[in-house]
Parts: sequence; structure tokens; C-alpha cells
Amino acid sequence: MNIPTHLRYTKDHEWVAPDGTVGITAFAQDALGDVVFVELPEVGRELKAGEAFGVVESVKSVSDLYCPTDGTVAAVNAKLAEQPELVNQDPYGEGWIIRLDPHQSGAELLSAEDYQKETEGA
Amino acid sequence: MKDTPITSWHRTHGGKLVEFGGYWMPLDYGSIVEEHLAVRQRAGLFDVSHMGEFLVEGASASPFLDHLLTNPPSRLNVGQALYSPMCLPTGGTVDDLLVYRLDEKKYLLVVNAANIAKDWDWVSQASQHWPLVTLTNESDTTALLALQGPLAQSLLQPLASIDLNTVSYYHFSPQVLIDGVPVLLSRTGYTGEDGFELYLEGTAAPTVWQSLIDRGAIPVGLGARDTLRLEARLPLYGHELSETITPLEAGLGMFVRLKQPGDFIGRGALERQKSEGLQRKLVGLNLVGGIARAGYPVMDAEGHAVGTVTSGTHSPSLKKPIALALVPLQQTAIGTPLSVEIRGKMVSAQVVATPFYRRDTHL
Repeated sequence: MNIPTHLRYTKDHEWVAPDGTVGITAFAQDALGDVVFVELPEVGRELKAGEAFGVVESVKSVSDLYCPTDGTVAAVNAKLAEQPELVNQDPYGEGWIIRLDPHQSGAELLSAEDYQKETEGA
Repeated sequence: MKDTPITSWHRTHGGKLVEFGGYWMPLDYGSIVEEHLAVRQRAGLFDVSHMGEFLVEGASASPFLDHLLTNPPSRLNVGQALYSPMCLPTGGTVDDLLVYRLDEKKYLLVVNAANIAKDWDWVSQASQHWPLVTLTNESDTTALLALQGPLAQSLLQPLASIDLNTVSYYHFSPQVLIDGVPVLLSRTGYTGEDGFELYLEGTAAPTVWQSLIDRGAIPVGLGARDTLRLEARLPLYGHELSETITPLEAGLGMFVRLKQPGDFIGRGALERQKSEGLQRKLVGLNLVGGIARAGYPVMDAEGHAVGTVTSGTHSPSLKKPIALALVPLQQTAIGTPLSVEIRGKMVSAQVVATPFYRRDTHL
């Protein structure tokens, strides 16, 4: 399973990059199956770590997205409205979901190694 | 939790296994959308061995089933099948099922997996007044494979001991050899496509499954089975039908034979419902901006809660959200503007004609 080492992770399978970009992991998109709808927050919304900020829907299921850190939504991936499948195809790249700016570093976040242990335990 | 004869194959071939109706069943093998489209465009193979099979036989089998079901099986020819709801005296639905006429005095009922125990009790109870009826539950020893899609016939023909053109829609042949294995083969399905269902001994099922896969059938899980049946507007028990939803409300009036003489369980209540007028009925909805799911509230144009979504998904064929909902009769006209509450937000919806998807029936 692809788990880039430069990202930080939550137990809920979100990732956050050093620049505040947030998405879901390869493990999460695989478990969800074909993503067909992503509900995005409004730009400017202030979020707390652990707060639900959106929803990702596959054909079969509806899952909340949880914010990895405190921060303000600076951008959302508008491409997902037309191409939600980008979350499956490129979860750490074109399938990003929001960018937080400014954002806290988030002491509770997991390293790639620790996240891998989480997914192995699942 | 039980395994079907094919569960171990699913496990070793990337199947995402889920519990359904007491069995470990494949939800998908990686992509519901791809499996769905394989059935629409080519041929998909389903393990639906979780379904229940009851044999009903004896001198009174025909009148007994005419009493038990809303669509009388006695008018079937041997070798023919029909779909019927099975109702409570209240008109609510115990289950919906297929009936195969095997013989003058012998029928096969095929019931939903989640209802096997309930149906067995219900049918057994009802048969107490019919001494010349014998019931046998063959659910545990019978496997059921469904091969569905435009290429189903051409894929199956080289393995079959008969000309498949001789098996027409809702007919069956009781003793076809498929790859040398005896099978009851019917031209039926739950996808809106042409296709076949194969009833066979569980012990022989893995061989037939593998032969069909080797010839190019794509394995398809329950996830795509649900999206396929929803596009074709086929009801799913527990969603469009239940003990509190009558077949008339679900739009299945053509399977409730009120014009024919003869009493059946639920007849009085269903006649009353028809003569007094339905309070609510099942409609198809298109939505813009969200996916409605079962249980979500439906609002009228003034924003009053008037109904409930029974099933909803993203349609892989149409690439947009579709749903079925129970709404008041005055809200059922095609084009009626409604909305569905999705996570606290109103998403606009419109009543549309169903089925959402209909295959080309060019022959």
C-alpha cells in the first residue's frame, strides 16, 4: 500500500501535507471503492482538528471527512465536482480535497510508519 | 455465518466479502462501476447461492400456491416461471419470489436470503390447512449462479447441451447439462439485461463457475447487483417492499390478480386499498447535487416532509444520482418538483419515468 513518507496521517485515513493540503489515503479510497461524489466545505471556513468538513460517497457508502489539524479552508479541489474518481486514481495528487492555510502542525498526527501499522491492524 | 460453494473462490480472487442474509457474499471485486458496466455491455457472473429454494408438491400444490401468492401460479405451463409478491392478510408484503412450475403438481419457490427462515415459517403455517401439500427446504444444498448481459447466451451456448434459443424469457429447462453438470436453466434475472439463472447442486457449482469465468464471464458482486436492479426499477425486499408496504404501493399491481376470481392471502386488504385509492406510491427521482440514500426524507415544493427514499445510488450507466421513493399519490406525476434532505441540506429532485435504464430490445 502506497503511504508517502512526507505526509502526516490520521487514524480516520486522511493525510495532510506540509503545505496544508488534505486528502484521503490510498487505503481509504480502496476500502470505499468507486468514489462518485465529494461534498466540499466553503472556502474561508475555520475547522478544528477532528471536525467533519465534508463527505465522500462511493456507489455503496457515505463517509465523513475529518480535518487532520486546526486550520482555515484556503482552497477546495473544484475538479472533484466533475471528476470525483480522481480520489481513486491519484489520492495523494490530483485527488486532493482541500488546502488549509494557515494550519497547525497537529501533534496528534501519525507518521507514515505509524499509519502503516494502523492499516495493518485494521 | 455460512459460506456458499463459491465463497472460497471469492476470497482468493479479490472479492470484498460482506455478511448478507447469513452468508459471506462478495460486495465487489474492486470496482462496482466496472462490474456494473460489464453486465450492461458484456456478460457478468453472479454467485447468488444465498437465495432460498423451497419445493412445493402434492395434489393440492396448485390451489395452495394460488391461495398463498397474489399472482396465481396454477396458470403457468410446466417449464414456465413467474414473479409474485407474497402478502400478509393486511396486504403488507412477506416477501417477493419466483415460482417455477416443475410439473403438474410440483413447484419451486425462490425466496430472498434474508427471509428464508421467516418465509419457511409462513409457508409451513399456511400449508397446515392443505394436507395434500408437501414442503421441502432445499436452500442449503442448492447453488444459484446468474449469468447476465448481452453476451450471456453466446458465452453459455458452447457449454450447454441444448439450443438456448429454445429457452424464452421466464421459461426454463429442468435438466440442461452445462459443462456436463445437470442444471435447471431459466431465462430470468435481476439486472434488466438478457441472461440466465442456473440452479444446481452446491457440490458441482465451483466447476461450472470456473468454466464460465474461463470463457470470459466477469465476476460481479452484490454491490453491482443492487445498482443494476435499481436502474431497472426492480424492487428489493426491505426497501421497496416490506411488511408495511403493499405491492400496490410499490407499483407491482400487475402481479396482484384482483380481476381473477379466487381468494388469496391479503386479497381483501388489497382490494380495499385499490377501491379507496392509494395513499402513497413508489416513484423514480432524478437529483441534482447529491446522492439520495435509503431513509432520507422527501419534501414537497413547500418544504413539507411527505415521503421517504427507499433506495438511492449513483447510476453507473447514466452517471448521475437516481432514487426510488414512496410519496403521496398527488406528488407522483412525472415532472413533479420535490426535494430530498441530504445531511441537513435540501437537494432538488424531480419525479421521472422508470425504469431509469432500459436495454435495447432489438432482435
